[in-house]
Amino acid sequence: MTTTENDAQPADTSARRKFLQTAGLAVGGFGMLAVASAPALAAGKAKPKMADAKGDVGVLQGALALEHEGIAAYTIAGGSGLLTPDVLKIALVFLGHHKGHRDALANLIRKAGGAPVEPKTDAQYTAELNLGALKTQGDVVILATKLEMGATNAYVGQIAALQDHGLAHLFAQISTDEAVHWAILNNALGNAAPTPAFIFG
Amino acid sequence: MATTRIHRLVLAFPAGLAVVAGALAAQAAGDPVAGKAQYEGTCGGCHSVDANRIGPMHRGVVGRRPGSVAGYDYSPAVRRLGGLWTTARLDQWLQGPQALAPGAKMYLSVADPAKRADIIAYLASVSPPAEPVRGARHQRARTVDAGAKR
Repeated sequence: MTTTENDAQPADTSARRKFLQTAGLAVGGFGMLAVASAPALAAGKAKPKMADAKGDVGVLQGALALEHEGIAAYTIAGGSGLLTPDVLKIALVFLGHHKGHRDALANLIRKAGGAPVEPKTDAQYTAELNLGALKTQGDVVILATKLEMGATNAYVGQIAALQDHGLAHLFAQISTDEAVHWAILNNALGNAAPTPAFIFG
Repeated sequence: MATTRIHRLVLAFPAGLAVVAGALAAQAAGDPVAGKAQYEGTCGGCHSVDANRIGPMHRGVVGRRPGSVAGYDYSPAVRRLGGLWTTARLDQWLQGPQALAPGAKMYLSVADPAKRADIIAYLASVSPPAEPVRGARHQRARTVDAGAKR
């Protein structure tokens, strides 16, 4: 069985459409920041804002790299033949979410005049994530659980660095998507929900 | 000549003690076992101990020169940092990477001091122990370098 990036079909197209519309709002907000800054920049008064926008693009690039890695992990693991059909179905839903995140982030970077970071090769991701060591479905789920936990915390931990409120909202949305993935996977592993409050961040 | 050597050792000793004491204090303050879980949860989205991913690998980070892991594409900001990653400097980094190295690729910060201490204790546990005296002069010289503008 081979699973390519194009195989993933979002389970709920209306939810995806709604997400993309919301992401579009964030794109609009970020674009407005750049446009609004332009006249002031010409007058030599908007350097801090431009610096802020540049910082936001840096945050977006890191987030995009994270999504590329997640997409590769689900794609490669999904094509490994280790997953049962039911688990593969869920993995493909999650893969679709990560692709939605990737597209939204890449669009924002382009809107801001940047060049979105490109994904690495599958061979690089396989080596970096030690995917060759995955022997069972359980191994795959454990790795995915760790990556989703890390991704959730990465988004939550960077919100404070964002200058644009629209982007902060988008990061909150994405982090909760990742948290849902983590919760489902953690439950599948039979792990209890963490007792303390503030599980992430 | 022997006197000079002894003189150097005497001068180096307090610096060496300071390095070791600093490292021990940071390790004592944090719990490396709890730090492993914190590291995997907080840093694991981008970092691994033994592989460069979105961020560079972390084995050996304590005592290492910033921007020095082979095969990782660092930002100019981190390459320019100079000095060494000490436990104190890592604590500063985790409080706000952009404050320490504006333009660095990392933006995530860890606000909780106890959590930072645990993570740093774990990072120290996957780093080789500091050489007490022999490396102290070297380290002191490089740390001084880090304060100089380049």
